[in-house]
Amino acid sequence: MEILVCARRVPDTSENEIELNSAGNDIERDELVYSVNEADNYAVEEALQIAARVGGNVTVVTVGSEDDEEVLRREMAMGATHGVLITDDAFSGSDGRGIATVLKAFAQKGNYDLILTGVQAEDGAAQVGGVLAAMLDYPFASLLTSIEVLDGRKLKVSREIEGGNKEINEIDLPCVLSIQTGINEPRYVGMRGIRAVAAVPIPTFDASQLGVDPGTVGEAAAKVKRVDYFVPVLGKGAEMLHGSREENVERVLELVAAKGGLK
Amino acid sequence: MVGSYFPAQLTDWLTSGKTLFLTIHVLGVACFGYIVARRLVPLLRAERDPRFDRPLARLAKVGKFWLGQWKHPRYKTAGTLHILIFAGFILLATRAFTVLIVGVSATFVMPGLSGEAGRVYNVVTDYAATIVFLCMIVAVIRRLVFRPARYEVPARFGKAHKADAVFLLTLIAVLMVADSLFAAAKAAAQAQQGQPVESLAVLSLPWMLQIVFASSSLLTLRDVYFGAYLLHEVTFYFLLCYRPFGIQFHVETSLFNVYFAKLERGTLKPVKWGVSDEYLDQVKSFGVKTFEDFTWKHMLDFYSCADCGRCSDNCPANAVGRPLSPRFIGIKARDYAFQHYPMFGKASNGKALIGNIYSEDEIWSCTTCGACEEECPLLVEYIDKIVDLRRGMVDDGNVPQSLQKPLKALESRGNPYGKMEKKRADWANAKEFQQVCRVKTLGKNNAAETLYFVDSITSYDDRMQSIGRATAKILDHVGKNFGILGAAEQDSGHEVRRFGEELLFAALRNHNVDAIKASGVKRIVTADPHAFNALKHDYKDSPPVEHISQVIAREVKAGTIKFNAVENGNNVYTYHDPCYLGRHNQVYDDPRDVLDAIPGLKRVEMTRSRDRSFCCGGGGLMLFYEPKEEQRMGVKRVQMAVEAGANVIVTACPFCMVNMEDAIKVAGLEGKMTAIDLAELVDQQIVREGPKATSTLGGACGDSSLCKTSA
Repeated sequence: MEILVCARRVPDTSENEIELNSAGNDIERDELVYSVNEADNYAVEEALQIAARVGGNVTVVTVGSEDDEEVLRREMAMGATHGVLITDDAFSGSDGRGIATVLKAFAQKGNYDLILTGVQAEDGAAQVGGVLAAMLDYPFASLLTSIEVLDGRKLKVSREIEGGNKEINEIDLPCVLSIQTGINEPRYVGMRGIRAVAAVPIPTFDASQLGVDPGTVGEAAAKVKRVDYFVPVLGKGAEMLHGSREENVERVLELVAAKGGLK
Repeated sequence: MVGSYFPAQLTDWLTSGKTLFLTIHVLGVACFGYIVARRLVPLLRAERDPRFDRPLARLAKVGKFWLGQWKHPRYKTAGTLHILIFAGFILLATRAFTVLIVGVSATFVMPGLSGEAGRVYNVVTDYAATIVFLCMIVAVIRRLVFRPARYEVPARFGKAHKADAVFLLTLIAVLMVADSLFAAAKAAAQAQQGQPVESLAVLSLPWMLQIVFASSSLLTLRDVYFGAYLLHEVTFYFLLCYRPFGIQFHVETSLFNVYFAKLERGTLKPVKWGVSDEYLDQVKSFGVKTFEDFTWKHMLDFYSCADCGRCSDNCPANAVGRPLSPRFIGIKARDYAFQHYPMFGKASNGKALIGNIYSEDEIWSCTTCGACEEECPLLVEYIDKIVDLRRGMVDDGNVPQSLQKPLKALESRGNPYGKMEKKRADWANAKEFQQVCRVKTLGKNNAAETLYFVDSITSYDDRMQSIGRATAKILDHVGKNFGILGAAEQDSGHEVRRFGEELLFAALRNHNVDAIKASGVKRIVTADPHAFNALKHDYKDSPPVEHISQVIAREVKAGTIKFNAVENGNNVYTYHDPCYLGRHNQVYDDPRDVLDAIPGLKRVEMTRSRDRSFCCGGGGLMLFYEPKEEQRMGVKRVQMAVEAGANVIVTACPFCMVNMEDAIKVAGLEGKMTAIDLAELVDQQIVREGPKATSTLGGACGDSSLCKTSA
């Protein structure tokens, strides 16, 4: 099975202190450290596991700049067969539809049976997967927590419903799936793995190579535009309980029940 | 029978069996040779391990740990039994060989043991045989009746080893009886024939047997004599050939195991011996994945394990119900070797160990505290094996999710918390603290003699920053010209390495070594025993390092540090030895000397102290790992402090502090027990002149809520 995984490089929320820039329309990007978007990493792991079970290749693609090679290498160190970087100044400022347009063009150059995305980017809006599926006229299933390959170019996929129940669906290939974190346990990528792929050339495509009309992507074509960025004010923090152990236990139960945590 | 009075008739008695005896000799030796050769097969396929250096140091180890049985008295009953049996075996070795030779050359006398020397030797060995025999009886009774818990085999590790142990003990007892019977029958026959009788040691086993057979006919005695010889010979060879199939193989291997034992404490074996760091990239596979990835010495360890259970009896992971029992790291590998390198037929090697004989959780459960190695009478190594197995898992991407984030953060930020590099020195920059003690960050215009290496937890953790401030104030007080690396410091990588991520460790180390060199310091001080061990043993080309407790102890002796009396004379203090200060680096006395120098401080020892200290739960990445366990190690440790009658636990490691303070809460001992770092306590008690003396900033309260004094 030929699998394409769309991955993104995002500021790592656990390793950065996210602050607003002075203009107030974006975060301060100096001194940020980046990593592969967590859900995308689960998508790559899932693709690798499917390929290991039924055979095939895993290609990881990202739309971005040269800096984003870093996440492609990380995913190649995990075991992805190919990493592809799509970069063009014309793409900058694209909205979700713009990115999907670019990815669609790339997907159509290959012969992919399955396209995976993470459920959403940590700084994203969870839209690229769905828009991409619509553009390709492929079926789309989202929020997946398991994938099973069936005979006859079909998959059995499940997603979690609010409240912890599961829904199982069948879906025809080719299709686009968005992957929820927790679907698997992504393997660790150590320094050694990254160094091993450090010199592997990464093919790059620009708008013209993909046949993308620059007028359909980028900031000019974006129909969703960010107008503000807002950091909520910190709440008052933890509430300390000062009773005896029994009183505290009772109070905790009350509080949890009040928030709907106990039924 | 070693003596010189040898009646012709008795010689004839044996001569009739000469061919039989010779056949058994040849068969026995051939079998043993074949078995040992087969056992050596995996060792020849193993990884290299250069242990042929420093013969004198190695012989010294043999003298102390093998011949001197140094570790054995740590377990009084079993230790005493073993020392007696070992001494008996050593003494009886010559006698056993003499008996074996007598079967084919009836008048043989071991050179040097004729005449008076032989008579003395006989008396001594009569007693030795008797003592070994009695020890076997006691050992069997222990196994069957008293059943010490550490010999039990938990169901998940397979069948009980009791039957095998009892069988082997019985065989040795039989060997002793056969030997004694042989001597007794001869003496009885000599007496009956009016020949000069070899005097048997009074009240020894041969002496008693001689009385039993005193009135037997010569014919009977001949049969007994012949039979005893045959029994002795068959038992001897059976044992010789049976031992390599179980725990008694250590009788043969222990000498080699101790001789080739690791010489340096606190160190780790490299990924591959003989491959320097620059060439590590070219190594195909890291760590131990299959049995053949172990070094030959580690395989010898597996053969040598006597299944005594002392390692697991002291292992904190085992004590709290984690899936690790060091004893079975060895036993399972040995069983694997026996199964996959059979006596006949081809070896079937190359199977993955993780998921087959070891579980991932089992290997991640180890805190590398070293309690197992400290206890092992045969100097079996565990930490290197655990780390090698982890290296293999890391290489396969097989790392728990809980550890992946801190590892990634270490890679991108140089600390496991993912905090900003520029905030690394914030603990020292709090305004109120700066008024008391200015800590300079070393750089172009800021040089110093001494570097205070802070490491990640003390730099970033709100609570542990107090240890950093206390340490800085102590260094300041004793007049050290010191500084810190600040943002240029990265995690020491101590646990990164021990969790198997060698290349990430190398990157951190290289970064730190460069920064240390650039700073131009002459020596390093740290208050973190993990950083201490890394700087001392894992880093090369970096200046000499001391733990703050060593500095304090020296300054106390020199009189630079004087203490006020403790305010609350009712407090009872106990010192908890951090593993990487105590066991791995032998710093036991300095912290205790410091405590004892504080006027009015009452100190008690926990039962498990010094080299038997009980790990708090582990440091570094172990704080992120989510083990499967029934109880926290820290809780067990805090309860030990309660048992000792203490209400203040003093430690000298920030990770111990994390675990102790958590454990105090979990154990419901808040208000009844506190934990304090040695540096904090010293800072609190130190006699200062001038304004500094009045400040309580930056540390030392023994109550975490009071310690958050920074801005």
